[in-house]
Amino acid sequence: MTNSIEETLNTDLIFIIGSNTTETHPVISTFMKRAIKRGAKLIVADPRRIELSQLADVYLQIKPGTNVALLNGMMNVILEEELYDKEFIEKNTENFEAFREVIKGYTPEVAAQICNVDKEDIIKAARLYARAPKAGIYYTMGVTQHSTGTSGVMSISNLSLLCGNVGKESAGVNPLRGQNNVQGSTDMGAVPTDYPGYQKVFKPEVKEKFEKAWNAKLSGTVGLTVAEMMKEAEKGNLKFMYIMGENPMVSDPDISHVDKALRSLDFLVVQDLFLTETAEYADVVLPASSFAEKDGTFTNTERRVQRVRQGIKPVGNSKPDWQILSDIMKRLGHEKEYSHPSEIMEEIRSVTPQYGGITYERIEEEGLQWPCPDLSHPGTKYLHKDRIMRGKGLFMPIDYRESVETPDEEYPFILTTGRLRYHYHTRTLTGRVEGLNKLQPHSFMEINEATASRLGIADGEKVRVISRRGEIVVTARITDAVDENVLFIPFHFADTRVNYLTHTMDLDEYSKIPELKVTAVKLERIGS
Amino acid sequence: MVEITVNGKKYQVDKGITILEACNRLGISIPTLCNDDRLEPYGACRLCVVEIKGRRNLEASCSTKVRDGMEIETHSEKVIKARKEILDLLYSNHPEDCLTCEKAGECKLMDYCYEYGIKKGSYIGEKKKYPIDESNPFYYYDPNKCILCGKCVRVCRDLQGTSAIAFKNRGFNTKVSTPFDMGLATSDCVSCGNCVANCPVGALMPKKPEKFRTWEVKKVKTTCIYCGVGCQMYLLVKGNRVVGVEPARGKANNGLMCVKGRFGYGFINHPDRLKTPLIKRNGKFEEATWEEAYDLIVNKIKEIREKYGPDSLGGLSSAKCTNEENYLFQKMFRALIGTNNVDHCARL
Repeated sequence: MTNSIEETLNTDLIFIIGSNTTETHPVISTFMKRAIKRGAKLIVADPRRIELSQLADVYLQIKPGTNVALLNGMMNVILEEELYDKEFIEKNTENFEAFREVIKGYTPEVAAQICNVDKEDIIKAARLYARAPKAGIYYTMGVTQHSTGTSGVMSISNLSLLCGNVGKESAGVNPLRGQNNVQGSTDMGAVPTDYPGYQKVFKPEVKEKFEKAWNAKLSGTVGLTVAEMMKEAEKGNLKFMYIMGENPMVSDPDISHVDKALRSLDFLVVQDLFLTETAEYADVVLPASSFAEKDGTFTNTERRVQRVRQGIKPVGNSKPDWQILSDIMKRLGHEKEYSHPSEIMEEIRSVTPQYGGITYERIEEEGLQWPCPDLSHPGTKYLHKDRIMRGKGLFMPIDYRESVETPDEEYPFILTTGRLRYHYHTRTLTGRVEGLNKLQPHSFMEINEATASRLGIADGEKVRVISRRGEIVVTARITDAVDENVLFIPFHFADTRVNYLTHTMDLDEYSKIPELKVTAVKLERIGS
Repeated sequence: MVEITVNGKKYQVDKGITILEACNRLGISIPTLCNDDRLEPYGACRLCVVEIKGRRNLEASCSTKVRDGMEIETHSEKVIKARKEILDLLYSNHPEDCLTCEKAGECKLMDYCYEYGIKKGSYIGEKKKYPIDESNPFYYYDPNKCILCGKCVRVCRDLQGTSAIAFKNRGFNTKVSTPFDMGLATSDCVSCGNCVANCPVGALMPKKPEKFRTWEVKKVKTTCIYCGVGCQMYLLVKGNRVVGVEPARGKANNGLMCVKGRFGYGFINHPDRLKTPLIKRNGKFEEATWEEAYDLIVNKIKEIREKYGPDSLGGLSSAKCTNEENYLFQKMFRALIGTNNVDHCARL
């Protein structure tokens, strides 16, 4: 998030696109609801009629995969009606003219056609957004999990720049991170392109810095992403994998392919709390301790580094992940030993500029938000305050591109996937909580009542969902939450693994994210 | 700033705040059952009454703002008498089961009755007799213990934004209810438990999978693991078990939580937890020592790297692990194995 969660309370307009906030970030949704009660306007764009759409001033039930067209359509209106922030653009941005050229093609009529919404709603949303003094955009994987995910994010950035909502309190571009420390994992360089602090592995001066800091010879070649690792494993090029606290056999797209990949490995190490679906494939399973059994830090979606504190001793003979890694590193020749995670944080801050001022002592009472470059820095509530960090805000001319797998005669429905309030990721944890299973015991498929009626599917009936990669059987839930050609299935459940259906074709060019939000499927009644 | 006199002593306090807030800041304790600094003043319990010079009646300090020159008595004879009367009325219509009540030790009514010396209710007569709503898997509502402070109703409506509960009936028959009194399970309730966290008495209580008294547990402040909000919370620890979770006030959560964070802790001490390293031999997992597991892993890393080069190895770190662990994981792959093949499920 460029801005902070509590700033949501004072915003004038909330634009939610591709986030079912009440289910995936329930506490952030409470801030939103309070802002709305106070008078903030709300725009919701989502293929599902989510809870917050009921409170919206404009609800846009867009076709999955059309975020860019919608955003371009809104920006077309804002440009046409001259509702944009000319002074801000002049002072703080570049590439405006090239961007403007592209947007010209996206009249509300064109956008409405692509998104399958009413053009008046696009116009209304555009005016609301542009006229709000402080407008914040909130999004999650409904924007990013597309073959054009990066384009979606850049279009959001364009819209925000266009109305001068960058570097302003209670405004900004606010991705809500799904997992507890997905922000921190990326900050720490658990990605194939970056060392900690987004320092690029392919830059010689960066490599040199880390070679010196770590006293090691490093590779300047960008590594493989999750999806690429699976592909290389299947081809036999990747021989060894070490999977810590992840469950790709449920969470990753095209599971049949993951299954082949993991089987093809020479050696697999899985480190987890439970014997997960993925751990079954391992040659060695290491028992890790839970968050309640260790010290450390997580970085939340507003960049706040907060303490994790040990409440109990490690269960059984398990060990905290940092201890296990430290033990293995020692055996691989690592000279430094850590007796407590605070010592690791000391090393982190010595090589990560954004974390330079973060110590356990300083975050004892309350977490600090990065960038926090030195010990006297109070942390950063919202980004780009005095000036845009890269110098000028860059407008990106972005064209809409169709999803990779669009419906056709054989596979006529768009399947989209997502999360539910009562479960977390692959249910390794929440699946073991009796009350949560009581509230949400099984998976289901949302299907429009007209579609269900046309196919003769009753509420609660089991149906077969088939894609080009696999099939699953799931219980139909008849609803008006989805459009007639759209289906929704949550991805949490191992006994109804929707990722047997999803694909890994044409990953997003920049982020390598799979298009989990759009899969073409067909339905079959069981026994028919 | 304005000048006020509290219990004969002069203070400078901020303009526009309530007497209750001013006294809190000055360290002068005034009892209250219905006040919460995140909610609008409500003035329901009247326990916070104070005497203000020149005013005929006692005033609720939670809903009276300070004025320049105000002279306030927080514990005068008249005030104490009124508070005792209020506590007497509340306790007279309250089950006298404090010995076994789950709230004992953290009950505001108990604390204030102790402070003001209310040993028993002096109003003999009818008492509330309602069924307990047990329909939610994580907590129950016992209307008989409810003192009608309205905190749960206001937290649900004004902070959580769900409005699953409201007051029903009037006078003696008033109770907190879901629509048509059909119970929490069939209401809009999302099981966040934010009402439970703010109930001053034992009316809204978590169902405890394990029995414990409040004074038996240690509270450890930590960060929730269930999404990127980073809610601050306390683990309730008894022996080597996590027996509950309570919300803490953090910048990102303002004392609120959701159902997963608040009640999804059962996995921690779950019998399925892996308790020892496992090595697969002939297709079956066998228990092993840490030394055996480490030796095998390190030998394999060295062997494969030697034979196929460092880029034939790869690792998935975790968005569920700490910063420190993610840092070590990528450092291990980069500095000790020699490859940038490290990623995690940021995209999934």
